[in-house]
Amino acid sequence: MESAPLYWRLKRQKYNLIGTRCVTCGESFFPPRSFCPTCRRRGRIEEFQFSGKGEITSYTIIKSAPKGFEQFAPYTVAIIKLDEGALISGQVVQGTPATIGGRVVPVFRKMYEEGKEGIIHYGIKWQVDGTAAEK
Amino acid sequence: MTDVAIVGVGCTKMDEHWTKSLRDLSTEAGALAVKDAGLDGKDIQALYVGNMSSGRFIGQEHLAALAADQAGLIPIPATRCEAACASGSLAFRKACLAIKSGEYDIIMAAGGEKMTDIKGPEAIAALMGAADQEWESAIGLTFTGLYALMARAYMNTYGLTRDELSQVPIKNHFHGLKNPLAQFRFEVTAEQVARSAMIADPLRLLDCSPITDGAAAVILVSDRVADRFKNPIWVKGSGQASGTLALHDRPSLTEIPATQIAAKRAYDQAGVGPQDIEVAEVHDCFSIEEILAYEDLGFAPKGKGKDLLLNKDTWIGGRLPVNTDGGLKLGHPVGATGIKQLIEIVRQLRGDAYNQVKDPRIGLTHNIGGTGATALVHILGKER
Repeated sequence: MESAPLYWRLKRQKYNLIGTRCVTCGESFFPPRSFCPTCRRRGRIEEFQFSGKGEITSYTIIKSAPKGFEQFAPYTVAIIKLDEGALISGQVVQGTPATIGGRVVPVFRKMYEEGKEGIIHYGIKWQVDGTAAEK
Repeated sequence: MTDVAIVGVGCTKMDEHWTKSLRDLSTEAGALAVKDAGLDGKDIQALYVGNMSSGRFIGQEHLAALAADQAGLIPIPATRCEAACASGSLAFRKACLAIKSGEYDIIMAAGGEKMTDIKGPEAIAALMGAADQEWESAIGLTFTGLYALMARAYMNTYGLTRDELSQVPIKNHFHGLKNPLAQFRFEVTAEQVARSAMIADPLRLLDCSPITDGAAAVILVSDRVADRFKNPIWVKGSGQASGTLALHDRPSLTEIPATQIAAKRAYDQAGVGPQDIEVAEVHDCFSIEEILAYEDLGFAPKGKGKDLLLNKDTWIGGRLPVNTDGGLKLGHPVGATGIKQLIEIVRQLRGDAYNQVKDPRIGLTHNIGGTGATALVHILGKER
């Protein structure tokens, strides 16, 4: 979705993998949650920096892309289980193919452009650990 | 407690209706349902409309009032219900609850979607409104992609093969041959499925439901007036549950907990179990979801869903025919789908289905929104 406020609001979390953690039960959240669904009002939420290391639990290669992503297809999207516990959807950069159980590390990349004069979205993509990524 | 019966059904053809607008389609479906019930429009006391995203598909909000206006039903209360692809079943459930409250005796529940007024990539992006906009759509995921993540995880865990998964579209296309309202009426082979275009690996074109225009409507009545109608079909159970909006927030990619919980509520309310269901419509938006539904609804143990296909149990003539109208592979106008499913089960129980199962007495519908953040299960019966 093309929205400057939405992009700016989530920039810090998306660039740096800053999520949240419930101090009461210890569960970590990325994407960040502002309310612990387990502890609810007894939960206490604080910011939490994820290492970004994790492993792929499943992946797909998108051939038919939505508006804004057509020029990047085909691209790989995976669900990644971060070592600190949370799960996140993310693109895997070209290079070594994704595998279930494969270890990944985060890399900072351009995500897409809102047309010629719009915002350029940046964020985290993932690279199979120990390999050289292309783009 | 008031009991609710369905006494009239109406459905448009599932198609790319380039010459008809959403108002034309919803009015057509509504008029068919009123006629089928032997009623007049002025008998309808309230209208519930399921629609996912008319704002993005046709730029029109405030849809329920528009539908009532176009159908000549003003000034009755008209309410829009949205739960992505489960919007139709949600409108139906809200209508049931409104009758059970004692407020109304005769209600119309309808659903409709007009998806082909915008281009394919825009429609794919609009449908992604049912997923997490900030964390799923923003990285380029599509709905086929989300179900592909589930399909790969399932194939990896339970050893499901490409040709076994293809049994879903093969069966549903075969069932749809007899359905004059189906968007596509042709058979497909395992080879054709395996060679169809890759959309999101491992899911191919023939694993996907199409982009469709269509509308469907049913008339619901209370037990206080049901004896005025011939052949009422009773709502025995209605279950609804929610799950995480984002697929990645679920501990398992090979099951949908909201379906399991909604099914248990519906079974308990109806006083039946999965073994009692004789015909079902399940949400086969992508091939893998029909197999997940078999397991989440209790038709098969975990990991064994494919056996129902391989043994022909869920084919017409089997012990539990599923998606006898062709399912969503043959048309998925998202807001209409839940109502379309209910209509097929009503027709099966009345005995006037296009692809009739022999004398079923109890049937089930299963309709989910997104990747299962909303699930609705309804159980219908021939007897009160």
